[in-house]
Amino acid sequence: MMASSYNAKEEDGHHSGASSGTGLSKNKKPDNTAFKQQRLPAWQPILTAGSVLPAFFVIGLIFIPIGIGLYVTSNNIKEFEIDYTGVSSDSPCYNCAKNFTWNTTEPCVCTVNFTLLQPFESNVFMYYGLSNFYQNHRRYVKSRDDRQLNGDLSALTDPSKECEPYRKSGDVSIAPCGAIANSLFNDTLVLYYVDSNNSKIEVPLVKKGIAWWTDKHVKFRNPAGNSNLTLAFRDTAKPVNWAKPVYELDPSDPDNNGFINEDFIVWMRTAALPTFRKLYRIIQKKSGTTPTLPNGNYMLNITYNYPVLSFDGRKRMILSTISWMGGKNPFLGIAYITVGSICFFLGVVLLIIHHKYDNRNTSADIPS
Amino acid sequence: MCPEAAEEPSVFKSRVGLFWLKKTETMQDEKVDGDYGLIINGHSLAFALEKNLRLELLRTACMCQTVICCRVTPLQKAQVVQLVKKYKQAVTLAIGDGANDVSMIKVAHIGVGISGQEGMQAVLSSDFSFAQFRYLQRLLLVHGRWSYIRMCKFLGYFFYKNFTFTLVQFWYAFFCGFSAQTVYEDWFITFYNMVYTALPVLGMCLFDQDVNDRWSLYHPQLYAPGQKNQYFNKKAFVNCVMHSCYSSLILFFIPWASMHDTVRDDGKEIADYQSFALLAQTCLLIVVYTQLCLDTYYWTAVNHFFVWGSMVAYFSITLTMCSNGMFYMFTSSFPFIGTTRNSLNQPNVWLTIFLTFLLCILPVVAFRFIFIQLRPTINDKVRYKMRTEELPVPAPRRLRRRHSTRSGYAFSHSQGYGDLVTSRKFLMKRSTKRAPLFTQTDSSIFQNQPQHYRTIAEEAEESQGHSP
Repeated sequence: MMASSYNAKEEDGHHSGASSGTGLSKNKKPDNTAFKQQRLPAWQPILTAGSVLPAFFVIGLIFIPIGIGLYVTSNNIKEFEIDYTGVSSDSPCYNCAKNFTWNTTEPCVCTVNFTLLQPFESNVFMYYGLSNFYQNHRRYVKSRDDRQLNGDLSALTDPSKECEPYRKSGDVSIAPCGAIANSLFNDTLVLYYVDSNNSKIEVPLVKKGIAWWTDKHVKFRNPAGNSNLTLAFRDTAKPVNWAKPVYELDPSDPDNNGFINEDFIVWMRTAALPTFRKLYRIIQKKSGTTPTLPNGNYMLNITYNYPVLSFDGRKRMILSTISWMGGKNPFLGIAYITVGSICFFLGVVLLIIHHKYDNRNTSADIPS
Repeated sequence: MCPEAAEEPSVFKSRVGLFWLKKTETMQDEKVDGDYGLIINGHSLAFALEKNLRLELLRTACMCQTVICCRVTPLQKAQVVQLVKKYKQAVTLAIGDGANDVSMIKVAHIGVGISGQEGMQAVLSSDFSFAQFRYLQRLLLVHGRWSYIRMCKFLGYFFYKNFTFTLVQFWYAFFCGFSAQTVYEDWFITFYNMVYTALPVLGMCLFDQDVNDRWSLYHPQLYAPGQKNQYFNKKAFVNCVMHSCYSSLILFFIPWASMHDTVRDDGKEIADYQSFALLAQTCLLIVVYTQLCLDTYYWTAVNHFFVWGSMVAYFSITLTMCSNGMFYMFTSSFPFIGTTRNSLNQPNVWLTIFLTFLLCILPVVAFRFIFIQLRPTINDKVRYKMRTEELPVPAPRRLRRRHSTRSGYAFSHSQGYGDLVTSRKFLMKRSTKRAPLFTQTDSSIFQNQPQHYRTIAEEAEESQGHSP
């Protein structure tokens, strides 16, 4: 209601509209400020050819070199991938895959031979990859207890309800609880270089420095109170599908044992998509000009502990070098080149349209 | 008036509404071969509003440029408005200043009351009120038009941002085993509509003007899109949904392809669920903010503050939630610790965000530019003119001071209609003949004289049968 109340006798004064209060008791007239009268100073942009066309051309001209740079960088990354699930009967791990049971005490070992055609320079990263493994399933993702993993003592013996059904084993709490921890990847991969004399040289694999710094030092902490982890975890049970309890993940190194074991941390960082890779080991670069992994024959020794065939999953080992844009992924390069070219082409099309139709626009009269 | 017209007025039955649920009867407009006007007084209207004649009255009235009903009772005013409302499917506006206009004001879709000589009854029952009749022009052409545009922009944008937000989750369902895992972080979902996108939309809806008020008054044709409901109808809604589908496809599949089997520049993980969620939500917010920037035509300081402030708020809130402090305090509630630090310092994350943003925005810009070039609307032309030309100075208005101002222009009364009311004609009962209290020289019903209508070209011999 924009009413302005006034006495009938005073109406003349208000008919002029601009007068201020003429000594009335209540003047409901809104203030004549820029804010209330909607006259605030403002920037009013419109889409003109002078702004749109240069923008399209500039974007096209920027994107194409970026795309080429990304594509070339991605092509220069060397990557080698080998699937060792053992699906077909002529693959080396077929027997291990077929004969898998949960009760085996004898680990099944299989060996895969492969050849690297090109030498790998600088740091080489060894990954294990899984396919058709839904680490992003909702029930799976919430099946963990972050307080327990942070070393909270009360959560150690009384884990969160989200971990069900992997919360207690009998009457004893499971540490670490939950489905994510329970399905920890436990294949062991060892890499050997086969030189010209057919002698196997083990490639040194570094197992630390594979998890995020914030995960290793902030999010995951061992329960305090004892430097002896066996004592710290004495009132807990190991997860159902683990062969060893959590304090025996790496007894040789107390900085990599218990909850802060880096393989465990890497696994607990759940992947977003059903096909993923996780960092397993790092092969440090050698000093001088020696390539880290010279080309030639290699042997991969696999202790096959992890069953994936029941849900039609696949396991693979990946060796990859790294660049400033990460691993080998040509998508961004191709996408930038495509978008840049389309942009440039669209700019040309819009320029033609603008030339043909702009005269019509500027001289067009507004019909009354 | 209309040589080819049918003899009898006809109504056209149809169903309207969102799901075609509402049944309506509409009288079609007919072509007329000239400009006509209709003047009818209360006594005649009493007959004309009877059931068998009212459609004919409406039909004739709609063929005229102007209809003047004089000396009508309040109920008849309401009945005329109701007649138009029912059979024409049009939006009606009634303006009046006295207590006798109250029923008409209440019946119409938009009731406007003038506060003044006649008191405050019309004001109290109206939707809008002001002090002078001439403000009606501003109410319609400036404020009504702005209100319509702001409402339509708000609706279009609101549906767009929420459909995009939800459809990205839908595409993710195909990749998470249909387990209803959200692709965004829980806190982001909570804050999205409440904090991150609340204030910018509010700023657009409060302050947006496509042309300023002086130009709106100078070009009344700008009002036509509102009358034709052009800015938000079923077609506009479908456009909005399709735009959301396209945006959501880009917003999910570009990060998906870019993060597929990828790692950080030091070899560590970047394709984990938390980093992917952060990437998806950052892309979404940047695209949604830019769409708002494209929709806002009038950037005041408040708009700038709301938009850039919301963006800063998003980054600061996200950084806070991924910080060590919040994790130590509320461990289970903030599991995203470290995610911003580890993923937002990667060049390929920012390259993905930039690519997504451009792929979503450039088609919109291109489409709008093409439409401005090929099919400029009145709005586009006026906005272009506003930028290049100066508005002609308005002619100085003479201030007229009138001591006895009549403020009701469409409806006037001089001698009162007591007879008509007491005759109960409009109640459709036969009345008894009564001696008139005042001599009435303009009503042929009592005097059995035919009405003599003159055209404007003829000289009026004596004032008879006209409204004063």
